[in-house]
Amino acid sequence: MPDPMRIRAQASGDKATVRVLMSHEMETGQRKDANGQVIPAWFIQDVTASLNGKQVFHAEWGPAVSKNPFLQFNVKGAKAGDKLSVTWKDNRGETRTDEATVS
Amino acid sequence: MISRRQAVKNSAAVTGMLLAAGLLPQTVFAYNKAGFDAKTVADVMKAMGAGAPTESKDVTLTAPDIAENGAVVPLGAATSLANVKHMLILVEKNPNTMVASFEVSDAVEPNFLTRAKLGQTSDVYAVAITADGKALYAKKEVKVTLGGCGG
Repeated sequence: MPDPMRIRAQASGDKATVRVLMSHEMETGQRKDANGQVIPAWFIQDVTASLNGKQVFHAEWGPAVSKNPFLQFNVKGAKAGDKLSVTWKDNRGETRTDEATVS
Repeated sequence: MISRRQAVKNSAAVTGMLLAAGLLPQTVFAYNKAGFDAKTVADVMKAMGAGAPTESKDVTLTAPDIAENGAVVPLGAATSLANVKHMLILVEKNPNTMVASFEVSDAVEPNFLTRAKLGQTSDVYAVAITADGKALYAKKEVKVTLGGCGG
């Protein structure tokens, strides 16, 4: 099981700024190991976020997103106390969901 | 008593079922493979179903002038335009041009920030794709002193 994400959601006015730090290798598939073998690509492909169970955000990523990816976006209409969950899925089909409360 | 042959058959069936279950979410959000495989900005536009991109003041790209470490370059894309469907972050000289594609909905502002890898000094684009297939961009050259792709 991959390490948990660090999610911070801060409400200001009628929106909330969400910052997520994920833990992932994000291997591009371009690098070679010491024996000259290509290290297979391994990266997060799909990121979604839900506010109180309703999906509000969706992004697709390529291998060029940096290691241990950082993501920031603003959700409209989110207020303190709302539940925000973020899910990612990588190209090996592995997935992880973490939840945070908007503060 | 279950023979070995039967056991192998059963586990194969279970694996098949798991695969099918794992594949289902992918059909819900079909991953834009063509877009992420594209090698040039023009090819990305084609894969996204957008026309030739035009430069626009309404699209903002957040990027540093010089990135000392190409492995972590903070890049942001934002726009003040209405009817935007997707926001893209592109790095022209990377092996695969498209870095990220963000879906804009009623619930989320078209303002995204992430960190990307840059293989070498390159033009970086923030592209807004509108619902009617227009592509508007802002671009900036980011100098890289240390490549992000290792090797």
